[in-house]
Amino acid sequence: MRVVIAEDHALLRDGLTRLLQAFDFDVVAAVDNGPALLPALITHKPQVAVIDVRLPPTFTDEGLQAAIEARTEMPGLPILMLSQHVEPLYARELLSTPHGGVGYLLKDRVSNVGEFVDAVRRVAGGGTAMDPEVISQLLARREPLALLTARERQVLGEMAEGRSNAAIAAKLHITEKAVSKHINNILTKLDMPPSDDDNRRVLAVLAYLNA
Amino acid sequence: MRGTGERLGRWAWRGVRSVLSGMAGIGLAFTNIPLLAVSAVALALTPVPFLGLALVPWTMTLVRKRADLERRRASRTGVLVTRPYHPAPERAGAGSWPRFRWAVTDPATWRDLAWLVPGAVVGFTLGTICVVVPLYGLAGLTLAPLWVWLGTGWYGYGATWSIDTLSDGLLCLPQGAVIFAAGLWAAPWLRRVDAYFARLFLAPTRAAELRLRVTQLTVTRADTMGAQAAELRRIERDLHDGVQARLVSLGMVIGLADELIDRNPKAAHDLLAEARESSGLALVELRHLVRGIHPPVLAERGLGGAIRALALSLPVPIMVDTDLPGRPDAPVESAAYFAVAESLTNMIRHSRARAGSVSLRHADGVLTMVVTDDGAGGADPATGTGLRGIERRLAAFDGTMALSSPSGGPTVITMELPCALSSPRTMPSSVTD
Repeated sequence: MRVVIAEDHALLRDGLTRLLQAFDFDVVAAVDNGPALLPALITHKPQVAVIDVRLPPTFTDEGLQAAIEARTEMPGLPILMLSQHVEPLYARELLSTPHGGVGYLLKDRVSNVGEFVDAVRRVAGGGTAMDPEVISQLLARREPLALLTARERQVLGEMAEGRSNAAIAAKLHITEKAVSKHINNILTKLDMPPSDDDNRRVLAVLAYLNA
Repeated sequence: MRGTGERLGRWAWRGVRSVLSGMAGIGLAFTNIPLLAVSAVALALTPVPFLGLALVPWTMTLVRKRADLERRRASRTGVLVTRPYHPAPERAGAGSWPRFRWAVTDPATWRDLAWLVPGAVVGFTLGTICVVVPLYGLAGLTLAPLWVWLGTGWYGYGATWSIDTLSDGLLCLPQGAVIFAAGLWAAPWLRRVDAYFARLFLAPTRAAELRLRVTQLTVTRADTMGAQAAELRRIERDLHDGVQARLVSLGMVIGLADELIDRNPKAAHDLLAEARESSGLALVELRHLVRGIHPPVLAERGLGGAIRALALSLPVPIMVDTDLPGRPDAPVESAAYFAVAESLTNMIRHSRARAGSVSLRHADGVLTMVVTDDGAGGADPATGTGLRGIERRLAAFDGTMALSSPSGGPTVITMELPCALSSPRTMPSSVTD
């Protein structure tokens, strides 16, 4: 799978490259600044891009802006954003770019190699990977969630991060059937249309949390 | 139509207020002369032991009360006159030498005394004009027709002399109306002239103004340095007790895992898992610390974006409305951000608000931040340390904070920071809340 990486710290850029190569990804380009990113994406047309939010020369949200621009130039380009801090505001802006896999994770998550690689694959496949931190910040401010049981809230959180039913079941040590029952209850309580498409469902949940 | 009526009402009310103020001016003019006499006597008695040193400061206090009253009256007409006096010496009782010296060495003391006589003359003259003209107009409107009606006739009024018939009496009415209106119209202007005259004597001289400014800057500087030092101490402590300690233990655990890796791979594996968790926790702590020093989103998005991001993380829905064509300097931006953030935190903590709003505007070199909520109100800067902190933060940049919080709400905090905005950076069109 072809990947483009954008990260300004040499150590982290190296680490990411080695880590992804170890899992049979083909890192076709690794850039260290904002202006070089868009041309690299257009030239290499990767299957997924892993991008740091804050890049030189401005050290603001250059990476995020480039990613949003790239998504408008190449609709459906899967992008996984990494950052030292997560802001629901940025998550919202990323999600508002039309279709294609989207991820937004804290850099620390890379240290859990298995989960990180899983997130990259999920995004490349058109799925979503949202950092638990984003989700918990969004969950913290929604009143109607009081309607949900503790278990349902847990399932909603996992679902919002972008996990499939099978993954949620494995993580919470319950059957898939129980998971889908919980999800149906959640959708009913929050007044959302039922849907079997994992990703559409995730986006609906995120849209709800972002409202 | 209603607008015209309202405007007319406001205009008339302003005229009447000015006339009343002129009337007060006439009365006050008469207090100046005894004050001058008392001051002269006090100064003459200076050599008298025990009594002399006490009398002068005491009469000065009286004169200053009178001058302050005039300053307030001037400020009410829109001519701002600030107090120019040196601060009183500490721990100097009545009759002590420092107190006497403080009274006589302040140039403002002598300027007050110099104002007493001309101030009385000007105040009396302008006050008289203020009062007499509208009264004469009223006389035309009421007295002249009244005398005609009583059948006695009257000497004359305005341009009509010897009023004998009803028609003569009726001629007085329009004249009276014009004179009355002119009097009401002129009164506010006369008050302003009086105020400008008072300002000549009673406003601080350039030197006094500079001295007041230095005093204020000294206070705000001390506050700022104190706050900075406390902040640095807090950061140092957090780093020392948190992240640093964690990294030390992390090194130990990794070292231990290294020892065990051949003899007991299972234990080494467990230790490494623990090390990873520990490094994760260290990062969480660092993120909190960084957010407290300077939120990354503020660096990335500026004031508007940072407040928007903050609003997203609060449990109460906040409407954010920003209109900033550029970014202020980093220190000002940071002070503005924390002032708004603390206002919002205060609101969530105390007011039981269900909704709030923030508006950020920049016009005429002033950044205006307004935070409102629909909570219980009754906030008081005297009791809330948070509000005092906000005031201090803003004062470092000559900013101000005004709080309106009637019991029952709504609470409105208006903060102003004088600052320039740097060249605008293209901001992404963000999703509105």
